[in-house]
Amino acid sequence: MLQDQDRIFTNLYGQDDWRLDGARRRGVWDGTKKVLDLGRDEIINQIKASELRGRGGAGFPAGLKWSFMPKENEGRPAYLVVNADESEPGTCKDREILRYDPQRLLEGCVVSGFAMGATACYIYIRGEFFSEASHVQQAIDEAYEAGLIGKNACGSGWDYDIYLHRGAGAYICGEETALLESLEGKKGQPRLKPPFPAACGLYGYPTTVNNVETIAVVPEILRRGVTWWTSLGRPRNTGTKIFSISGHVEKPCNVEEVMGIPLKELIEKHAGGIRGGWDNLLAVIPGGSSVPCIPRSICDTVLMDFDSLQDVKSGLGTAAIIVMDKSTDIVAAIQRLAHFYMHESCGQCTPCREGTGWMWRVLTRMMTGRAEPEEIDVLLDVSRQVEGHTICALGDAAAWPIQGLIRHFRPELERRIKTYKETGRAAAE
Amino acid sequence: MPKLTIDGREIEVASGLTVIQACELVGIEIPRFCYHERLSVAGNCRMCLVEMERSPKLIASCAMPVADGMVIRTDTPAVQKARKGVMEFLLINHPLDCPICDQGGECDLQDQAMAYGFDRGRYEENKRAVPDKYMGPLIQTIMTRCIHCTRCVRFSTEVAGIEEMGLLGRGGHVEITTLEKAVESELSGNLVDVCPVGALTSKPYAFSARSWELRKTDSVDVLDAVGSNIRLDCRGREVMRVLPRLHEDINEEWIADKTRYACDGLHRRRLDRPYVRNAEGRLEAASWEEAFKAIAGRLGGLSGDKIAAVAGDLCDAESMMALKDLMGTLGSPNLECRQDGAKLDPGTRAGYLFNTGIAGIEQSDAVLLVGTNPRWEAAMINARLRKRFLAGGLEVGLIGPAVDLTYPIESLGAGPETLKQLADGKGAFAKTLKSAERPMVVLGSGALARPDGAAVLALGRKLAETFGMVRDDWNGFNVLHRAAARVGALDLDFLPGEGGRDLAGILEGAASGAVEAVYLLGADELDLAALDKAFVIYQGHHGDAAAHLADVILPGAAYTEKNGTYVNTEGRVQLGRLAAFPPGEAREDWTILRALSEVVGERLPYDNLGQLRQRLIGVNPVFAAVDQVERAPWEPFGQEGPVDAAPFELPIDDYYRTDPVSRASETMARCSEELLTTAREATGTDG
Repeated sequence: MLQDQDRIFTNLYGQDDWRLDGARRRGVWDGTKKVLDLGRDEIINQIKASELRGRGGAGFPAGLKWSFMPKENEGRPAYLVVNADESEPGTCKDREILRYDPQRLLEGCVVSGFAMGATACYIYIRGEFFSEASHVQQAIDEAYEAGLIGKNACGSGWDYDIYLHRGAGAYICGEETALLESLEGKKGQPRLKPPFPAACGLYGYPTTVNNVETIAVVPEILRRGVTWWTSLGRPRNTGTKIFSISGHVEKPCNVEEVMGIPLKELIEKHAGGIRGGWDNLLAVIPGGSSVPCIPRSICDTVLMDFDSLQDVKSGLGTAAIIVMDKSTDIVAAIQRLAHFYMHESCGQCTPCREGTGWMWRVLTRMMTGRAEPEEIDVLLDVSRQVEGHTICALGDAAAWPIQGLIRHFRPELERRIKTYKETGRAAAE
Repeated sequence: MPKLTIDGREIEVASGLTVIQACELVGIEIPRFCYHERLSVAGNCRMCLVEMERSPKLIASCAMPVADGMVIRTDTPAVQKARKGVMEFLLINHPLDCPICDQGGECDLQDQAMAYGFDRGRYEENKRAVPDKYMGPLIQTIMTRCIHCTRCVRFSTEVAGIEEMGLLGRGGHVEITTLEKAVESELSGNLVDVCPVGALTSKPYAFSARSWELRKTDSVDVLDAVGSNIRLDCRGREVMRVLPRLHEDINEEWIADKTRYACDGLHRRRLDRPYVRNAEGRLEAASWEEAFKAIAGRLGGLSGDKIAAVAGDLCDAESMMALKDLMGTLGSPNLECRQDGAKLDPGTRAGYLFNTGIAGIEQSDAVLLVGTNPRWEAAMINARLRKRFLAGGLEVGLIGPAVDLTYPIESLGAGPETLKQLADGKGAFAKTLKSAERPMVVLGSGALARPDGAAVLALGRKLAETFGMVRDDWNGFNVLHRAAARVGALDLDFLPGEGGRDLAGILEGAASGAVEAVYLLGADELDLAALDKAFVIYQGHHGDAAAHLADVILPGAAYTEKNGTYVNTEGRVQLGRLAAFPPGEAREDWTILRALSEVVGERLPYDNLGQLRQRLIGVNPVFAAVDQVERAPWEPFGQEGPVDAAPFELPIDDYYRTDPVSRASETMARCSEELLTTAREATGTDG
């Protein structure tokens, strides 16, 4: 369990002042110049050594991603884009950083932007985050005034601007290349890769897109040292992580915890346990709506980090834990998620555009048992036809919850179909 | 050059290619819908997925650039499964109404469904239906069939240069739309070709034929001077539709709307039998003998200088050669092919050609347009200019009326004065031309068809020489013609002989009585009122302007109904081919002249087309080099002199109605009304 002195997000609950003065009291912007004096290569090397993995869902090593940025840029611009378009159902970790600790994010923008040789930073914030956007903008203004960003940022002799851009409320704009399109003023549709953003990103220039949490923890890693960071968690799954726990728990909450904490411990310690006790647990979606759910049997022992969850064919995703107790209609829950992905599909590529609607329609019938037993396999096959064949990961995200449902709750689907066949009435939950 | 392995075969390809192109080089066809080699890559249909070693996912081969050491597999179970999956997804919301779909038989979706489709559907839900959209008089939409490949969007924004077309909405609700606006482009017909399914089809051709019952003939277009390569699809005697044929140096794989859609004009207002004006002054149907007799009666005893001949815009070189020879036997030096009055100098071939070549535009970095609207005068050349603009680093200056050419232009001035200043090296654009590596100038007929045209032409030559446009490896001097017949006529010297009258002389002579008989070979675009007193013989295929005035009408063949030679504005000799026979008693034009020659003078010395072509080659050897452009030597041309201050005027005020064929076309009339007549107020009697 995480000790208080190891916490990075010390204002996660907004009990303290979020403005510059309060942030400074909590240690933000403390010796940023000294961190920058490490130099570009050293910062990247340290972040690589820290094994920090992206907090946006895919878990790509952050240091490695930064090292793809060109070393020499010949006066051309390069950008850091912070993905603050937090829209994954169940996830609300970035929001707390944006509204209660915006200076920590800005410091991260400066340090990581410096390391990757960026000339400017764009923070793309979800449109619905109104007060968060207002806080971040005020934080940017304060930072400019204090000389922390802008000309000669932090007295480093390097010019660096940070801009805030509000999105217009499309889930797909959280996909990094769709975000870039949207930022450029175009329709938010993912781009083909390659070329990757590090080669050809925003306005065609080298760009790195990182999640809010990833960027916000960077200065703290460099200040306290890589060994401190790697002492937390397990190899390849280091450091701390904000978990968002929602659903059928006594006390839904956001909490910063060490990576690799057992799921059961996390829920019992911080969320007050499952409503009706651990035995009342049906399933958990451990990483935001996009990952397959895991049934209770797995929840008993699984550790909350990238590799452990991958081993049980799920994923850490955004570490948003959606808890469902036995009162849940699991088919209806997944059907609702299927509807979400159908609604949010950008419509650009065939498998996602056509497949998400197909899967939702079949699930809608299966909810009440109006289907044939062999359609379960058709549904699984359709989800496999979507998975891995699309331009972006939304196709995978739409397919995985359904694959999780079929993997763990196939008997429930079969029961409903059988009941409907026998009685002509929709099966009860 | 990267080396890669495709299905076990090693191949070395040029860098910059994509995997799909490399696969094509080794003869492996990858199925695709959204990929089109002349458009940007969208990668959205996902049909072209292949396996790449060390990649966890399948890759879209259309979007993946080749790299050294790549190992590609195109025929694994995973690839097959992915293709079948994509095909199934495309078909679940496709109406499968192939029997009533105009695309049936030439549909990419239909063809590929044969290879990758299931024999039955697994989709039990309701299909999507999409309301049809209005896209103007040429494009029929059945949007339920759309597979959202966005080829049309990319074509219109990239090639045609119009922004109105787009993909609206998201997810399963995406729709291609122009927001109920007509596609206002002279290239819109190509949307029908790029659409891989039957969502965008040809409105005029709707439900009129099936592709497999059409007879296909390769030919060239004559409705402008570009010489676009076309395929004529005929059923029986009727040309049902015109499609583009690939020619990298001319039209690539596009054609202009007039080329494509004016073909219904070939069936209307046709002259299908000879006519002779009777004693009451009315045209009366006649037999060929009677018509020839009427001509012989009038021309008999007339001295050569009282006879004149004018060749029109759509004539093939063979018929002009025959007419020239006929006039020779009659002793007439009064020949003219420049019926618009352009002061072209036939002495130097380089002085009347588009020397840079259409493909050569792509190497240019600065263009000066003088008195021309290439978008209407030669849409394919304008498309090439736009292609060059998209590649980046092109400066375009325009002297003459400002027009929207789909790429930015700098308007430099209105008339020859500006050209003169520029030729003297004055003005900001002079710097652009000076610093350009391969500058070019394009003189349109708006610059040359005016009294001071010869001086303007000389100014153009001076400008070309001043800015070093003529070098060993580059000729940037260009004349943009509008008439398919013109360069051929100039090449065979269909021009006033010694002491002969030019166009102004013929018109003046006809008015004064010095010229008593005028032979019009398909010439409709001249000042006909001046010919009122003369005896007019009109040989042509449409009852257009000149036919009404004629004293004898000899029905000829349209360009689809004869084998003929045409020389395009670049000086490229091309062969048009007979796709259908002329209607009624109409005949191929050279045969009419050959027959007439027996009645009115000496028999022309050729009995078949081959002999006539030998005669052509004898007159000018360029006619022997089919589809080749030889560089014309640079010699002085034009006539230096004072220029008029009057601004240049554009010759075309209605793109859709410029010649007898398009003026007879209902489709073109509809286009003209819907696309060009914008300010017209509808009255109660309007449909």
